[in-house]
Amino acid sequence: MSDSRPAGPAAVELHSATIGYGDVAIVRDVDLTIGAGEAVAVLGSNGSGKTTLARGLLGLATVLGGDVRVLGAPVGGLRERGRVGYVPQRHTVSGAVPATVREVVGVGRLARLGLLRRLRPADRAAVADAVAEVGLADRLDDPVASLSGGQQRRVLVARALAAEPELLIMDEPTAGVDSASQESLATVLARISAAGTTLVVVTHETAPLAGVLRRAVVVDHGRVVHDGPLSQAAAHEEPGMHHHPPGREPGGYRQDQPTVTTRSRRPGDQEH
Amino acid sequence: MDILDYDFMQRALLASLMVGLVAPAVGVFLVQRRLSLLGDGLGHVALTGVAVGVLTATSPVWTALVAAILGAVLIELVRARGRTSGDVALAVLFYGGIAGGVVLLSLAPRGQATNLDSYLFGAITTTSPQDVVVFAGICVVVLLSVALLGQRLYAVSDDEEYARAVGLPVLGLNIVLAALVASTVVLSMRVVGLLLISALMIVPSAVAQLLARSFRQTLLLACGIGVVVSVSGTATSFYSGTPSGGTIVLIAIALFLLVSAGVAVRDRTARRRHRRRVDVHDAHPHEHGEDCGHPRVLHDDHVDYDHDGHRHAPHRTGEGVHYDEHGAGPVGAPQDRRTG
Repeated sequence: MSDSRPAGPAAVELHSATIGYGDVAIVRDVDLTIGAGEAVAVLGSNGSGKTTLARGLLGLATVLGGDVRVLGAPVGGLRERGRVGYVPQRHTVSGAVPATVREVVGVGRLARLGLLRRLRPADRAAVADAVAEVGLADRLDDPVASLSGGQQRRVLVARALAAEPELLIMDEPTAGVDSASQESLATVLARISAAGTTLVVVTHETAPLAGVLRRAVVVDHGRVVHDGPLSQAAAHEEPGMHHHPPGREPGGYRQDQPTVTTRSRRPGDQEH
Repeated sequence: MDILDYDFMQRALLASLMVGLVAPAVGVFLVQRRLSLLGDGLGHVALTGVAVGVLTATSPVWTALVAAILGAVLIELVRARGRTSGDVALAVLFYGGIAGGVVLLSLAPRGQATNLDSYLFGAITTTSPQDVVVFAGICVVVLLSVALLGQRLYAVSDDEEYARAVGLPVLGLNIVLAALVASTVVLSMRVVGLLLISALMIVPSAVAQLLARSFRQTLLLACGIGVVVSVSGTATSFYSGTPSGGTIVLIAIALFLLVSAGVAVRDRTARRRHRRRVDVHDAHPHEHGEDCGHPRVLHDDHVDYDHDGHRHAPHRTGEGVHYDEHGAGPVGAPQDRRTG
């Protein structure tokens, strides 16, 4: 898909990048370019380094060698950090102290506001919109602890959406999530992908988001072993990985869901 | 009221009002960060500052403030290194603080160390007019900082990794929070005491958590509870002749136990009502499923079954499945796939 990239700066560029923690390299010597507006799955088994690769883009893992650029700037050097959204792999959002959905999602918006600016009416509206987007508008002022696991994961997605990011990096957003939440997620991702947001989704199961993600980067033992259309990635997945034929996976996600597929465009179609 | 006839009591009550308001305002963030004992550790460190003040005949409030803030910054820098020795480093700092304080105080002329109890556990007679002025300054600075930076402090306390990923200055905010805790420790050193201040940061928050629905509610409620227990404890101390810090903390813990019991009773009653409704459906003739004939209704993240005009939601427990009432009538057509 790299040939269909638009002319603007790439969303993600790795040149001979080595990423790890402390002195330990986990991802080694990776070259990868993700164009603005692409929707990419980063696949691999447990321990393959796919999560470290994504965390390297966020500054949560250390770039030990080579060059990593996100939205044209070196990692950590991007001025407006709100342009990069992140959905961590976390099964619950409820902390020690009660917090409402509105409060948790509001944190996502702070990334756009610098150190001292408070949420203004426009920011509050963006927070409410992000919550509505994931189908939880009626739970806005409920404590997150009262939500189901799948709903709490949707809160994390809303938190990332509240900043209206250009690049959204997600770590296992569908793992252990009920089918209603998976469908909600697929619909949301299809919409923001169509609107030009670049998606990088670290996952071990492609089926729930098969209608959205176009390109697959398969990581194994810290190296990219396959890069191409998602439909051709299955051969590189290990037997233990949960890949199901579209429309038949147990999660209940339906491939014929019209909202998922018809609104997504090819990655190269966006203007930037 | 005769209690207000004494100047020292007016000052003690004023100091207890301020510490009662401020301690929970920083304590809620510590609870969220799961660093409840940071205040305790900084209290230890502040004791060395107190001793230096006594030895050099400087106001111990100022020297304690300097020591506690230095300790706070050091702790956050050690934590940010993220090495496994961080835990041990904290212990060394904390116990070094209290040991240094005790030893230095013993060197003071004319056996000043007899005052140690009042620094550790609080005393109502010790607040000087100058202390009240310093405390008022600390009070304003801490409350302003929480008002200005509260959302960022919440963000970092709630999910440090996410805060780092979206570019919030995590280390800076952590140092600010630790410095606020250090200032609060010093604010406490007259009426509450350095060894007990942590309780006034944590226990009001623990009570508020049981009752509140949002972080903001928890914060405001905890501050209210803090003021009530702090002022009432100081007044009780006047009549009972007990150390003010210990009295305040015992009142706070009594309140915590009372509210915990109340919440437990409320939850039990709710569960019993729930079970009573379940009894109705013990005689349920079948398990709802794909082919049971009752229309399926999508309700948020699960499926209800429209059962003669009221909706049943399967609730699987260790003992099997029963059906909860999820309101009358279908929420929409069974084909409504909207998920919220």
